[in-house]
Amino acid sequence: MSTATADRIAALRAEGEAAVAAAASTADLEEIRVRFLGRKAELPNLLRDVGKLPPEERGPVGKGANQARQALQAAVDARQAELEAVELEQRLAADVVDVTLPGTPVTPAGHLHILTATRREIEDVFVGLGFSVVEGPEIDLAYYNFDALNHDPSHPARSLADTFYVADDVVLRTQTSPMQVRQMELQPPPLYIIVPGRVYRPDNDATHTPQFHQVEGLAVDENLTLGDLQGTLLAFARAIFGDDREVRLRPHFFPFTEPSVELDVSCFNCKQGFLKDGSRCPLCKGTSWIEILGAGMVDPNLYGYVAESGYDPERHQGFAWGMGIERIAFLKHGVPDLRMFFENDLRLLEQFG
Amino acid sequence: MRLPLFWLTDYVDPGMDASKLAARLAMTGTEVDRVHTHGVSALENFVVGRVLEREQHPDADRLSVCQVAIGEGDVSTIVCGAPNVAAGQTVGVALPGSVMPDGTRLKKAKLRGVPSNGMILAEDEVGIGSDHAGIMVLDDDLVPGTPLAQVLPISTDVLELEITPNRPDCLSVYGVAREVHAATGAPLNPPPWMEDPGTPGPVEGVTVEVQDAEFCPRFTARLFEDVKIGPSPRWLKARLMAAGQRPINNVVDITNYVMLLTGQPLHAFNFDLVAGGKLVVRRAGQGEQMTTLDDQVRTLDSSMHLIDDGEGPTSIAGIMGGQRSEVREDTTRVLMEAANWHGPTLQRTSQKLGLRTEASGRFEKGLPPEQSMWGTIVATQLMLELTGARLAPGTIDVGGEGPAPKTIRLREEKVTRLLGTAVPIREQADILEALEFDVHDAGDGLDVTVPAFRRNDVTREVDLIEEVARIWGLEKLPATIPGHGMSARLTPEQRLRRRAGDALVGAGFSEAIGWSFQAPEMARRLRIDDSAVKLRNPLSEDLAVMRTTLLGSLLTSVRHNTARGAEDVRLFEKGSVYFDRPHRREPTAAEARSTPLPDERMHLAALMTGRIRPASWGDGNPPTADFFAAKGVLETVLGALRVDFTVVRGADPFLHPGRAARVLVGGEDAGWLGEIHPGVAAEFGLARVAGFELDFGAVLPHAVVAPHYEDLTSFPAIRQDLAFWVPADRTASELVEVVRGAGGKLLKDVRVFDVYAREGQTSLAVRLEFRAGDRTLTDDEISPQREKIVKAVAEKLEGELRG
Repeated sequence: MSTATADRIAALRAEGEAAVAAAASTADLEEIRVRFLGRKAELPNLLRDVGKLPPEERGPVGKGANQARQALQAAVDARQAELEAVELEQRLAADVVDVTLPGTPVTPAGHLHILTATRREIEDVFVGLGFSVVEGPEIDLAYYNFDALNHDPSHPARSLADTFYVADDVVLRTQTSPMQVRQMELQPPPLYIIVPGRVYRPDNDATHTPQFHQVEGLAVDENLTLGDLQGTLLAFARAIFGDDREVRLRPHFFPFTEPSVELDVSCFNCKQGFLKDGSRCPLCKGTSWIEILGAGMVDPNLYGYVAESGYDPERHQGFAWGMGIERIAFLKHGVPDLRMFFENDLRLLEQFG
Repeated sequence: MRLPLFWLTDYVDPGMDASKLAARLAMTGTEVDRVHTHGVSALENFVVGRVLEREQHPDADRLSVCQVAIGEGDVSTIVCGAPNVAAGQTVGVALPGSVMPDGTRLKKAKLRGVPSNGMILAEDEVGIGSDHAGIMVLDDDLVPGTPLAQVLPISTDVLELEITPNRPDCLSVYGVAREVHAATGAPLNPPPWMEDPGTPGPVEGVTVEVQDAEFCPRFTARLFEDVKIGPSPRWLKARLMAAGQRPINNVVDITNYVMLLTGQPLHAFNFDLVAGGKLVVRRAGQGEQMTTLDDQVRTLDSSMHLIDDGEGPTSIAGIMGGQRSEVREDTTRVLMEAANWHGPTLQRTSQKLGLRTEASGRFEKGLPPEQSMWGTIVATQLMLELTGARLAPGTIDVGGEGPAPKTIRLREEKVTRLLGTAVPIREQADILEALEFDVHDAGDGLDVTVPAFRRNDVTREVDLIEEVARIWGLEKLPATIPGHGMSARLTPEQRLRRRAGDALVGAGFSEAIGWSFQAPEMARRLRIDDSAVKLRNPLSEDLAVMRTTLLGSLLTSVRHNTARGAEDVRLFEKGSVYFDRPHRREPTAAEARSTPLPDERMHLAALMTGRIRPASWGDGNPPTADFFAAKGVLETVLGALRVDFTVVRGADPFLHPGRAARVLVGGEDAGWLGEIHPGVAAEFGLARVAGFELDFGAVLPHAVVAPHYEDLTSFPAIRQDLAFWVPADRTASELVEVVRGAGGKLLKDVRVFDVYAREGQTSLAVRLEFRAGDRTLTDDEISPQREKIVKAVAEKLEGELRG
C-alpha cells in the first residue's frame, strides 16, 4: 500500500473520531456518520474501489480501510448511546407535571356490610374450632321454632306480641335455634354446627329491630360438658374481642337448655369498670362484664324429638348457644342505634367491612 | 320484681351490702337489673325531734314557727306548713344537708322572713307512705337526737330483680330469701305462714262452687267481720312503697303485702255485695260481658272463666275483679280469696283480653296450690292485727294441695359427666337442702325430693344438676375445648356466595342489608304481581308482606343515599326472598303434616346509578351507569364464580323495555339484567339506575369449583379479526353463536370488539382465537375454517364480510 493511501486512511479515521467525539447531538452525529461512513463518503469509497487497485495493494488497503470504518462505526454507536441518554434526560427534565394534582381515580372498592363482615369473622372462628356452617329457612314451622325446643304450648314467646305469624303453624323464626332439631333430624351424632341467619321479632326501637341476625351453635357428642361449652366460647371471645378476654358463665333460664347460662365477657373498654378519666364505663356500666350470649347444655327432652336419628339422652350430651350478630358488631364497633344497620347509608357502610 | 333489703332482712340477713348481694345473686341465677336507693340519703341529717314551742308565723296564716329539740340540748327553729303540728309532738326532722328521695339537698332557708333550719317530715317526704295531709307524729318515748333511720325505714337499697319465667317462687320476698339463704349461707327464718290463727271447716253463710276443677285446682277463702277500713301502719306502708306499690287502705294493702311476701295473689270481696253469699267458678259464655275494676267493659268467650255470685259475674277469674263487689270505705265484711288457677289457660285469656295484671302475670307461670293456703294464713294474721276484724270460723278450701312430691335420683357420676368436673357429694346434698329439697343418700348418689314451690321447674335429674351447679359456682368450672378431632370448612356454596360478594366489593359495590318485609304497595311501585307471603300480625302496614325481590329494598337504599347528597351509588344485596308457593325441597316429617312452607330463595342483586368512576381533573365527565355498565358488573361476578351465562331480551315490567334482559345459566332462567324503567325509578326519586338480580339457586350449581387444567401456554394462539355487515335485527350473540358453530374445534374464543350501525345494517367485528394444544397452528390450517365461518354467517344471518 502506498504510504499516501495509508496516511489518508489514518487521517480519515482520526478526523472522523474527532468529529464523533465532538458531536453535540444525535442530529450532529447523524450528519457526521453520513459524512464519514455514508454512501458518498471517502472511506467507504476506498473500500468499494479496492478492486481497482493493483493486486499487491488490495489486501493492505482493504484491511486498513475496513478497520478504520469499523472503528469509526463503533465510535458512532457509542457516541449515539451517550447522546441519546443525555437527550432523554433533557426531554424528561422538560416534562414536568404538578405532582400535587390528585391521581386519576379508579372505581374505588366497595365494602362488605358490617354485619356480613362480623358474621364471616364469627363463622371463621368456629370453622377453625371444627364447627360446620349450616343454614335454614327463615319462615319455619312453629314446631321447629317452639314445640321441638321444649316451649310449652302457652309459652309467652309464642304470642302475637312476640312472634310474627304467617299461618297458625308457620312463623318467621324468632331465633336460629329451629335448625337445632332440623339438623339433628338430618345428621346423627357427633354433630358440631353453627347456624348463622336472619331472625324476626316484633320490636322496634334503638336496641331492637324487627329483623336481626343470630349465630346459633350446637355440639352433640358423647361426653361434652359445661366446661367444654365454657372453653369453646372462651376461645370465641378471645378471637373476636382480644386475647386478654376472660369469660364467665352466669346461671339463667332457657326452655331448651338445662343447665342454662348467660355468657359474659370481660369488658374491653375499661379497667375494672372505670375509664381513664375516672368515669363509669358506659359499655359494661361499671360492672367490668358484658353479656354477649345465652347458652347451655342441650335439654335432654330435645333428643326425644330426634331419637330416630340416633340421639339418646342417656348417651349423648351437648351444648348450644345463640348470639346476636348485631350485638357483637355493636359492642365491637360502637354503632349506637341498631336501626342504622339497615339504613344502608354509604357514609356508615364505608366505615366498615 | 323490686326487693327492698330492709324487708328481706325480716327473713334472712346476708350481712353484705346491696352491690355484693346483687353480684352473688347474679352468679347464682337471679339476675339483678339495677340497685337503687329508695327514700332519703345523707342519713346523719335525719333525727328524731320534739316540738318545744309552736307559734303562728307573723306573715303567713298557714305557717308555724317551731322550736324543735334535736338532741344534745340543741334547738332548731323550723318553719312548718303542716296543719297538725303542735307543741309536745315527737316528730321526724330533716336538718340542712339532708338529701330527699328526689335527690334535692335541703338547705337553710328563710320562709316569709323567718329563718328555717330544716323540715318537720310528712310520710311521703321520706318515701314511706303517700300521706301528705300532715306531719308524722312519732311515739313519745323516742329521745330527740335519735337517728331517724333507727326508728323508721326512711332509706333502703332496693334490688330490681329479673326473675326468669321458671321461677315464679322468686316473685316473692320469702322466695328470694330462700335463694339468698342458699347463695350466702345466712340463716333463714321460718316462713310467715307457720302459725295459722284460723280453723278448718265450713264457713257459715259462704258457699263456693268450682265447676272446672282443672282450671281451678284450689280455691281458699276466709270471712272477716267487723272490719274497719283505715290506713295501714307505717311499717307496712313503708314496705309497699319501697316495693313500688302505693298504699290504699289496710285491706287492699294486706292483699298486696301478702302477694309480695308469699307470691300468692289474693282478692278481697266486699262480702255484703256478694249476692247470696255464693261464689261459682265457671266458664264464661261466648260473648258474655262484664265490667272490671278499671271501668272497662270486657267481652269474654267460652275459653275464659268467671267468678259469679247470685247476680252474675263478679270477677274474671285470676285476672281482675269487678266493680260490684269492690272493697270501699264503709265495707265491714270481707271475704278474702286466695285461689290457684291453671297457668296456660289463664295466660291465653289474659292475652286475648289484652289484660295483664300483677296477679295474672304470676298465675300464668303456674303457682303451687299449696301457696293458696300460705297466702290465706298470712292474710288472716294481718286482717286480725290491722283491721280489728273478727275471723268467722272455718275455711273455704275447694280442691286441695298439689300432687305428691316427686323423688329423683341424682347420680354422682352424671353430675361429673355433665359439668366436666366433680362436685363433692356432701356439697351437693348441702346445696339441695339449703334450697329446701329433701335429700337422702342413695347407692350411686342422692335421692332428692322436690318441694312444692319447685314442682313445675325441677322434674328430672338434669334439673337437679343445674341447682347444684349454680349454687356450687359456675366460676369453678374448667374451660376445656372438646377433643372431637373433627375438621370443618365452608361448603362450596357458602364459599361461592362469599366470592360473589367479594367480586362485587372489588367492582366498587358496597353491601346493603335491607328489610325482609315491605309494604304491599311496593309491588305496585315495581309493577310486579308475585304472590307474596303476608304476615298476620305485622308491626305496621309498611312491613306487612315478605319481599319477592331484592329490587324494592335496594332501590330504597339507593334513594336513601341520593336523598342525602350521594351522586354515584353502587350497592348490592344478598338475601332471601319468599314466594307464596310450596318449596321444592324434600319435606321433613314435620313439614309433611303442616301448612306448606313458602318457597324461600337466596338472591343477589346489584344496582348502580351515577358515574361509574369518580370524575377527576383529567376526566371531567366519566360515563354514567347504563345497561352495559351493569352487564359488565354481572360479567365480573359470574366470571369470578366461573359460571357461563347468556342473556336474551327480557320484558320485566320494572325494566326499560329496550334495555331489559334475562340472564340464562345452563339454559335456565337465573334472573334479570337491565336499566330500571324510568317510571319505576321516578317512583323512588331516582334518575337512570341499572342493575341485575340473580337467584343463587339457579347460578351456583353451574359454578366450576375445581377447574381442570387446559394447556394454554405451550403453543401460541392465532388471532384473526373479521367484520360483518348483518341486518339490524340480528344480535351480537346470534353472530357469535353462528361463528362458534362454524369455527370447528380449534376455535377457542370469539369476542365482539367493535360495533357500528348504518341504515338497516349493523357492523359487528369479532376477534377469533384459534389454538391447538399440541402444535403451533399455521394459516393454512385456519383459512378453511375462516371460509366456513364466512359462509355460515352469509347463510344463516344474511351477513357479509366487510371489505
